[in-house]
Amino acid sequence: MSLTAKDKSVVKAFWGKISGKADVVGAEALGRMLTAYPQTKTYFSHWADLSPGSGPVKNHGGIIMGAIGKAVGLMDDLVGGMSALSDRHAFNLRVDPGNFKILSHNILVTLAIHFPSEFTPEVHIAVDKFLAALSAALADKYR
Amino acid sequence: MVEWTDAEKSTISAVWGRVDINEVGPLALGRVLIVYPWTQRYFGSFGDVSTPAAIMGNPKVAAHGKVVCGALDNAVKNMGNILATYKSLSETHANKLFVDPDNFRVLADVLTIVIAAKFGASFTPEIQATWQKFMKVVVAAMGSRYF
Repeated sequence: MSLTAKDKSVVKAFWGKISGKADVVGAEALGRMLTAYPQTKTYFSHWADLSPGSGPVKNHGGIIMGAIGKAVGLMDDLVGGMSALSDRHAFNLRVDPGNFKILSHNILVTLAIHFPSEFTPEVHIAVDKFLAALSAALADKYR
Repeated sequence: MVEWTDAEKSTISAVWGRVDINEVGPLALGRVLIVYPWTQRYFGSFGDVSTPAAIMGNPKVAAHGKVVCGALDNAVKNMGNILATYKSLSETHANKLFVDPDNFRVLADVLTIVIAAKFGASFTPEIQATWQKFMKVVVAAMGSRYF
């Protein structure tokens, strides 16, 4: 389900609106994922505190959202743009790619909470498609 | 199927108590039809679903959204017995309506997003976790008579 020109422009416009709160959204989405899908905690067993709002969660959520924000500018070649991160997730972190869908869902929930009027069905479909394409790019090097 | 703690039961009831089915039902079903357009295959008789505006303004979509989400009331009222509560509804969807059971998970996820948008920050991570556990059980029950 490739990104149309319209999808890309809707995602870019929406990301422009949320960029000021991107760190907060990332931190919250990660915290929600760890709480609602406890099996994902296995990847963060080296953190002392996995609760929403903890230092490591806030920090890492910001890092993730920063990478996603960068990907918004790389939508014309996500596979190329995500290549290094794909290597990392495939060979160092070895995150099961099924988890990308889980994090994506929690990002959508967090966006709906913080931007209820901007996160219209039209924005929802474009962002959902973008996150799916991003997830596929992130999984590209796995095998 | 599931043993709910008292805290979980009261969280689920509290969330459901704040949901206006007449508002949330149509929003959730409409959003599913827009975000996952292949789901429109089940609603050929509903008239114009050609654009997001047409979908959100379609009275048949709205009416059916209320029916679908209203059925969740049975699960909330029979939390200890969700599997049995949805047995015949599952059979109907499997044998008469021929609905792909993956759609139940899709609707549950979109409903969670619509509720999150309505509740805002009061839909905390912990409440989300309990609500999604409840949704998971409902989705499993709806799929239970497929094979």
